[in-house]
Amino acid sequence: MNKIRLIIWREFSTRVRKPSFLIMTVLGPLLIAGAIFGMAWIGSQENTAHQVLVVDTEGVIGTRLEGSDRVSFFLSGEQVTDSAFKAGPYTIRVVLLKDVLNDPHADLYYKTVPSEFVMNRVRSELDKAIELARLDKEKIDPEAFEKIRKPLDIDSFDIEKVGQQSYAQERAVIGFFFGYFMFIFIFMYGVQVMRGVMEEKQNRVVEVLISSVKPFQLMMGKIIGIALVGFTQFLLWIIITGTITIVGLGVLGASQYDPATLAQNGVTTEMRDQLMQQGMPAASSGLDEDKITAIITQVNIPLVLGAFLFYFICGYLLYSSLLAAIGSAVDSETDTQQFMFPVTIPMIIAIVVAQIAVMNPTSPAVLWCSFIPLTSPIVMMVRVAMGSAPVWQLLLSMALLVITFIFTTWLAGRIYRTGILMYGKKVSWRELGKWLFYKG
Amino acid sequence: MQAGDTFATTSPMLHLEGITKRFGTFTALDGITMDVPAGQVFGLLGPNGAGKTTLIRIITRISGPDEGRVLLDGQPMTQEDVARLGYLPEERGLYKKMKVGEQALYLAQLKGLKKAEALKRLKEWFARWEIDGWWNKKVEELSKGMAQKVQFITTVLHEPKLLILDEPFSGFDPINAELIRNEILRLRDAGVTVMLSTHSMPSVEELCDNIGLIDKAKLVLHGNVREIRRRYSDNTYRIDFKGNKVALANALAFMGELLDAQEKDEYTSARVRLARDAKLNDVLRQILPSVDVHGVQEEVPRMHDIFIKAVGERAPEEVIAGFTE
Repeated sequence: MNKIRLIIWREFSTRVRKPSFLIMTVLGPLLIAGAIFGMAWIGSQENTAHQVLVVDTEGVIGTRLEGSDRVSFFLSGEQVTDSAFKAGPYTIRVVLLKDVLNDPHADLYYKTVPSEFVMNRVRSELDKAIELARLDKEKIDPEAFEKIRKPLDIDSFDIEKVGQQSYAQERAVIGFFFGYFMFIFIFMYGVQVMRGVMEEKQNRVVEVLISSVKPFQLMMGKIIGIALVGFTQFLLWIIITGTITIVGLGVLGASQYDPATLAQNGVTTEMRDQLMQQGMPAASSGLDEDKITAIITQVNIPLVLGAFLFYFICGYLLYSSLLAAIGSAVDSETDTQQFMFPVTIPMIIAIVVAQIAVMNPTSPAVLWCSFIPLTSPIVMMVRVAMGSAPVWQLLLSMALLVITFIFTTWLAGRIYRTGILMYGKKVSWRELGKWLFYKG
Repeated sequence: MQAGDTFATTSPMLHLEGITKRFGTFTALDGITMDVPAGQVFGLLGPNGAGKTTLIRIITRISGPDEGRVLLDGQPMTQEDVARLGYLPEERGLYKKMKVGEQALYLAQLKGLKKAEALKRLKEWFARWEIDGWWNKKVEELSKGMAQKVQFITTVLHEPKLLILDEPFSGFDPINAELIRNEILRLRDAGVTVMLSTHSMPSVEELCDNIGLIDKAKLVLHGNVREIRRRYSDNTYRIDFKGNKVALANALAFMGELLDAQEKDEYTSARVRLARDAKLNDVLRQILPSVDVHGVQEEVPRMHDIFIKAVGERAPEEVIAGFTE
C-alpha cells in the first residue's frame, strides 16, 4: 500500500510541476472565458444590419412586415433584376412566388451568407405577414384567431409527488452535463494513462520498477495519480474561470455584457435555438428563476452526486485500465490505433444514447445502455438525474459495473504485466489473448 | 553433468530447483536446477535467446515459473524478499524528465528504504563517486554513461544480499567499467552475493568464482570456473626450448604429439598435447636429453573457447530436433 502511495505521489507531483500543466491550467480558463466573451461579442456583432428587399408582385404583404434594428425590410411591387439587386444597397432579396397565399413559397438571394439568426428572423417575419394576409383574405379577425390558436400547455406531474410540477427533462439535462463531464475527463486523462505507460516502456524504466513493485501496483498507482492530476486541474479551472468571468464581467460591466442585455440582444435566443436543434427541449422552454429553483429542489442532490461519484470513479477506472493495457502492449503511438477503436466506440455510443435519454427516457436503447457497463456510467447519470431509474435498476447497473470493472482491471493487469516487458513485437489481438493465459 | 562438487563449503544464497517456464508452446526454460553460492560472484552465461533474462525475471519475481521453485537463503522466496535483491536489468532506463536526486530517492523508497535513510546513503554514494553536482540535473541532461552510474547506485543503495547484474558493463567506457568492476568486488568482499550475466568472457574469468551456462532453455555447464577450465583442458602444454623441433618430436615418441611450433630468435615455442596417460614429469625426462628446456606451462582453455565448445557441441542435435519437430 505504501508503495502505491509512492507511485501515486510521483505521478501526481511530476505532472503537476510540468510546464504544460501550468500552461493548460492558465490557458484552459482563458479559452473558456474567451469562448464566453467571444459568443457575447459575436452576438453583439450581429448588429451588421441587413436590408431585406421583399419582392411582392401580388401585393399581399402590405405594411405587415416589422423590421428590427438588425433586419429591416423594404418592399418592392415590381421584379428587381439580378444586376439591379447586385448594384443596390440591399443585402438580401426575397422573391415571393406566384400565388403565395395558397402555395407559400419564396426564393431568397443573398450577397453574403446570412447567419442562422437573420434567416430565422426573415422567415418568421414573412410567415407572420403572410398569415395575417391570409386572415384578411378569409375575413378572420386576427385577435379572434390568436384566441383560437392558443396552444395547449401541458405541465407534467409524477403521481407519487402530486402538487409538484415535474421537470423531468430539465433534470435530465443536468444528468447529461454530468455524463458529458465524465466523457471529457475519461478521454483526456485515460489517454494520459496510456501515454504514461508507453513512456515507461520506451524509457526502459519499467523493468527496474517492477523488480520493486508488482505490475498491478504500478498500473493502479499511475491511474489514481493521473486522476488526482485531473481533479486538481478541473478544480483550478473552476476557480480561475469563475474569477475571470466575475472580474471580467465586473470590469466590462457595461450594459452590453449584462446578462439581461445579452438576452435581449438575442444571444440567448440563438443559444436556445442551437440547443433545440440538438434535441434539448429543456433549454428551449426558457428558464426563469422560479423554474430553476424548482428544478434544483426537485433533483435528489445526494443521490445524483452519489451516483455521479460512483459512476465517474468506476467508469474512469474501467476505461483507464483498458487504455493502460493498450499502452503496455504497443511500442509506439501509431500502433495504438487498432486497439483504441473498440475502446472509443462505446464511449461515443454512450454519449449519443445519453442524448436520446434526455428526450425519450424509456427507449429500449437507453434502458439497455444503462446496464451495459461500458456505457452505463454516462447513460445512467441521465436517468438518475431524471428520476426515471427504479432502485433495483440502479443497483443492478452498479453491480454490473463493479463486476466488469474488477474483471477488466484484472484482464488489463495481465496484459499489462506481459506487455511492458515485450519489445519490438507488433502485437495482434491473438497475441493479447495468449498473454491472458501466461502464468504470473 | 557433474555439477558443483566444490560448493559444499558454502551454503547457497540462491537455490533453483527444476525451474521450467513456457510461453504457449515455446519452452523458455527447461528444468533448470542450480546453486548460487553465498558471498561469491556467479556468472550466468549463455548465447542470446537462451533464456537468461527469463530466468532472472523468475528470480526477481517479475514473472513466475510454471514448475520448480526458488529458495533464497534456504527459504522459499516470497514477494517481501524482493527488497533483499538488487536488480540491474539489461533493458534499463530512468525517467528522462525527472531530476537525478529525486529519482534515485524515489527508486530507493520503492525498495522500502525510509526517505531520510535513502537520502543519507545517496549523499554518501554521490560524494564517493564525486557526482554531487548531478543531483539537480534532469536525467536527459546526462550522458549514457552518467545515467548508468546513477542506475548502478540505485540498484545497490538498499544494500541487497543478492545483486543481479545483467550486462553491467555495457555502455561504460573502460575507466567507468573499471569503477563498476571494483565496486562489484568490494560488494562481494562485504558479503554480497553477485549474479552476473554477461557476454564478456574475459570479465567472467576475472570476476566469477562459479558459472552456470544456459543454452536453448537448458543448463549445460555449471560449477567452479577453475575446475571447469581444468576439465576442458586437454593435457596441452607450451614448451619453450632451445634446439631442433624435429628432435623434440622424435623424443616425444608415443608420449605426446607436437601440435605446432614457432621459432623466435634462438628459442622455439611448441604446443604439445600429451597422450592420455602420460605424466608431464615423464615426458620432460624423456625430452631433456634432446633439447634445452627453457619453460613449461599448462595451456588452460579460455572461457571463450569453453563457451563456444559447450554451445557448439549441442548445435547439431538441436538442428535435427528442429527438423523432426
